[in-house]
Amino acid sequence: MSNGILEIKAISGHAGTVPGRDASRDYPVAKLIDVTTCIGCKACEVACLEWNGYPFRETQFDNTYQTMPDLAWNYYNLIRFNEHVAEDGTFQWLMRKDGCLHCADPGCLRACPADGAIVQYANGIVDFQQENCIGCQYCVTGCPFNIPKFNPETKKVHKCTLCSDRVGAGLEPACIKACPTGCLHFGTKDDMLDLANKRVAQLHEHTSHTSAGVYDPSGVGGTHVMYVLHDINHPEAYGGLPKDPRVPLAVRVWKGPLKWLGNLAMVGGILTAAVHYVRYGPKTVEKTDPGKQESKEAS
Amino acid sequence: MSSGSASLPGARTASHDGDRIERYTFIERICHWVTGLTYVYCLLTGLAFYSPYLFWMAIVLGGGPTSRFWHPFLGIAFAAAITWMHQLWQKDVALTDVDRRWLDDVKYYATNRDDQVPPQDRFNAGQKVFYWAMFYAAFVLLLTGAIMWFPEYVPAGLRWIRPLIVLLHSASALVTIGAFIIHIYMGIFVVPGSTAAIVHGYVSADWARTHHRLWYERMTRRPAVRE
Repeated sequence: MSNGILEIKAISGHAGTVPGRDASRDYPVAKLIDVTTCIGCKACEVACLEWNGYPFRETQFDNTYQTMPDLAWNYYNLIRFNEHVAEDGTFQWLMRKDGCLHCADPGCLRACPADGAIVQYANGIVDFQQENCIGCQYCVTGCPFNIPKFNPETKKVHKCTLCSDRVGAGLEPACIKACPTGCLHFGTKDDMLDLANKRVAQLHEHTSHTSAGVYDPSGVGGTHVMYVLHDINHPEAYGGLPKDPRVPLAVRVWKGPLKWLGNLAMVGGILTAAVHYVRYGPKTVEKTDPGKQESKEAS
Repeated sequence: MSSGSASLPGARTASHDGDRIERYTFIERICHWVTGLTYVYCLLTGLAFYSPYLFWMAIVLGGGPTSRFWHPFLGIAFAAAITWMHQLWQKDVALTDVDRRWLDDVKYYATNRDDQVPPQDRFNAGQKVFYWAMFYAAFVLLLTGAIMWFPEYVPAGLRWIRPLIVLLHSASALVTIGAFIIHIYMGIFVVPGSTAAIVHGYVSADWARTHHRLWYERMTRRPAVRE
């Protein structure tokens, strides 16, 4: 199985080589967001809406260039604009494309109780299957990035699909296609990591961003959406990107030890009751005046 | 069986009525069953969300989304019903010094050597402990459940509590399940007559004297016959 089933091999009347001819199309895939070249044009937001067929929703102005304060169930892709004053007093206007990071160890999937509502494809994409979603929002609790969004009308949760429908057909995600600066890249995880590291080396060498780095947090097993950040030591400056995200400990305890302890206690409790009944049986009622009147059980 | 509509709890019924004592009034029985049924609904749907191996319970009860929709509403009903129960039984379930002695001697009760445990009033200490476990758990479940119902409205700075809330909800539900297993086992298997009592309202005088001697004496206003 390859995710390049519809990969173009030859093009008629086309000058030059077939685009992407030498690109590896093996699993797993990844998106790389180089925030250092993002200009905040929001083309990716538009492309995302168009591909997913959502109309523009009402937005909310909160004195920034940001389209709305947070992602929404029908708005998977949001550029976050943050004005950041560094310790040395210098000012940065940070723009970060926010959306699902497609963790290798997805907290949403761990927390989800509904059979088949969240799947992780072999290529790394984590996808919600709304037809199986029961609307409990455990995924909202399990996600360390606060990504999944609930639609109160349909009672289903939505998030970025990494365009699994397009990727499955050998295409890149819609946002990638729309990006005018080349800040968005899509390919295999290895290629994207390689590209990210090269860009970081370039930033170290040619710019003042000497603490630039790749955001591929190991706490969630790495992600299939990675960032190149100006300052890897302060991801929080980019609008709530956690420094060391991991599936919350309480979720791991709840889905791990607590579950097995609980199962053991429930089955053990029922078995103990059964054994107790066989050993001791029911309590008997003392009949005090057998001569007077035969007392009956209450039934 | 007559319904005993006007009699007070424990009021001695006429001897021609088979020497029966009304243990639970109609209102108390309704309250018990509203509490019980709402609990069982939350239990079954909750177990479905707890383990994939029990998810079929949600399917049986109308499907995952339906179960998820009704679980919080029935949870509110359960908390309301147990509050109502509290109005009815709070005097009867208050723990006393006698109860502490009973709890120390619970091993005799559990092994059916009931003559070695102190005589009990309307509810024995085990029933009272069950009541309080359910009562407090109900409110922990209600408060944590309210947050789990609308997790998207938890303020950004407090999001870290959401996983803890889910953990607490599951843990307190498991406490009620442990208590509930004992409750069902005792009521149906160990103490014959108690299921009938909570359905129809009556127990025999002998039943009352055996299991709840202090209550029996109080209700009949005469010392129990010694053997």
